[in-house]
Amino acid sequence: MSFRKLAAVLLAGGLALTACGQQSNLGSSAPSAPPVASGASFPEGSTMAKLAAAGTIRVGTKFDQPLFGLKGLDGKPEGFDVEIAKIVSAKLGIPADKIVYTETPSKIREDVIANDQVDMVVATYTINDARKQKISFAGPYYIAGQDLMVKSDNTTITGPETLKAANARVCSVSGSTPAKTITQYVDQANIVLFDVYSKCADALRNGQVEAVTTDNVILAGLVSTSQGAFKLVNKPFTKEPYGIGITKGNTAFCQFINDTLKASDADGSYSAAWKATVGTVQPEVPPLPAADACS
Amino acid sequence: MDALVNEFPRYVEGFFGTLRISLFAAVGALMIGTLLAGFRVSPVPPLRWVGTAWVTVFRNSPLAVMLFVFAFALPLAGVTFPTLGGNAFFWPGVSALVCYTAAFVCEAVRSGINSVPPGQAEAARAVGLTFQQTLGAVVLPQALRTVVPPLGSVIIAMIKNSAIVGAFGVTGELFSVDAANTAIGYSALSSLTGVAIAYLCITIPAGLALGAIERRIEVKR
Repeated sequence: MSFRKLAAVLLAGGLALTACGQQSNLGSSAPSAPPVASGASFPEGSTMAKLAAAGTIRVGTKFDQPLFGLKGLDGKPEGFDVEIAKIVSAKLGIPADKIVYTETPSKIREDVIANDQVDMVVATYTINDARKQKISFAGPYYIAGQDLMVKSDNTTITGPETLKAANARVCSVSGSTPAKTITQYVDQANIVLFDVYSKCADALRNGQVEAVTTDNVILAGLVSTSQGAFKLVNKPFTKEPYGIGITKGNTAFCQFINDTLKASDADGSYSAAWKATVGTVQPEVPPLPAADACS
Repeated sequence: MDALVNEFPRYVEGFFGTLRISLFAAVGALMIGTLLAGFRVSPVPPLRWVGTAWVTVFRNSPLAVMLFVFAFALPLAGVTFPTLGGNAFFWPGVSALVCYTAAFVCEAVRSGINSVPPGQAEAARAVGLTFQQTLGAVVLPQALRTVVPPLGSVIIAMIKNSAIVGAFGVTGELFSVDAANTAIGYSALSSLTGVAIAYLCITIPAGLALGAIERRIEVKR
């Protein structure tokens, strides 16, 4: 193939790709942003005063978690976690377009907070004692529960205690809390671990495993994209309170976030955030859980 | 470092997990790679095509894509792999690593074959040896001596590549140790430092062993 011909083909391909990108962009809908507070005053020297003065906030979230934090083709993450971050920022007087998002996969969440690379982490972040050693949590803003996902035609698996009888192989993500919890219900040999849940979905589709386990809302995202191939067992057997990770011991900021969450529940922005994101799969708006004491 | 000290048993398990994958994959890749090199220099065109096609496909695709094909696409197409201790993903992972590494082994061995003076093969044919005899008894023994250093690099790269297999359902290898550690609250830095040290415990002795082999079979020219 001559160079000119090659260049023409590459150019055409590039144009086609660009066209695709634009088309998908039109399809994505940005949920309405909460009203931005103006003229709010904060105690001098507090994190809130610092952030409000800077007019920007660095938020860590997931970029690959459908319904919670998923980065689209427009480069902006979308989901319930992102909406929660917007609610908190709005209260600080920071509009949504001034939020700087950083991708924080599970593994690095404590480190980015401790190293002051982000101001807060909203990333399906389960509050637990090991993590509280290094950082502090505001919230929780939602309580998820570990559940099972099976093929739609599966009737033998109805809860975690039926897994052993069915000799079911169960898939989860290595190093996750659900992967540890499920060892109480099935033999180690029947646990298959990947690095991401999408691979578990592939394994389930192929019949290489019989069930996938993690937090119910994450499974709901997988069920929603499976075109009816999977279903949720819908018997949550743990409680996973999702919190907002902040610098250890920053009680003032923690208290501010808790108050903001409470206010958002009262003015309806919490339920609006839910309806625009997870609500597309689980329409019922959960009650805002009572906040933990700040420490 | 505290992760390495406190979670030492997990690292030991991961060390042997990675060692097991590496041993299976190294044996498979060296055998298939050498066979492919034979194919690529053989006088039979279809064999040459097979060798060339293999190298083209496996050397030019990312290992993660190959692992995806072996772990999910082939089972979907009806190819079943045996399980190892109940884990259905061990053999697909090792197979992908073998096929991928074999392409590099093949090219290293072929370069060794090309380095043997043509007079050697001509002399072998002149005394009436067949192609298989020429290759097996005259050319390959000389070729393999010269390819120990590049083969060593290929095998060490393969040991490190085995980390990617850990992301495809093979548990209990070194890289998944890190995920288990960070989940219970160790920082990624402290956990990964331990992982790096454990990898060095495999790769440095492997390098020393290869150096010893090289000196042992060296021919003074």
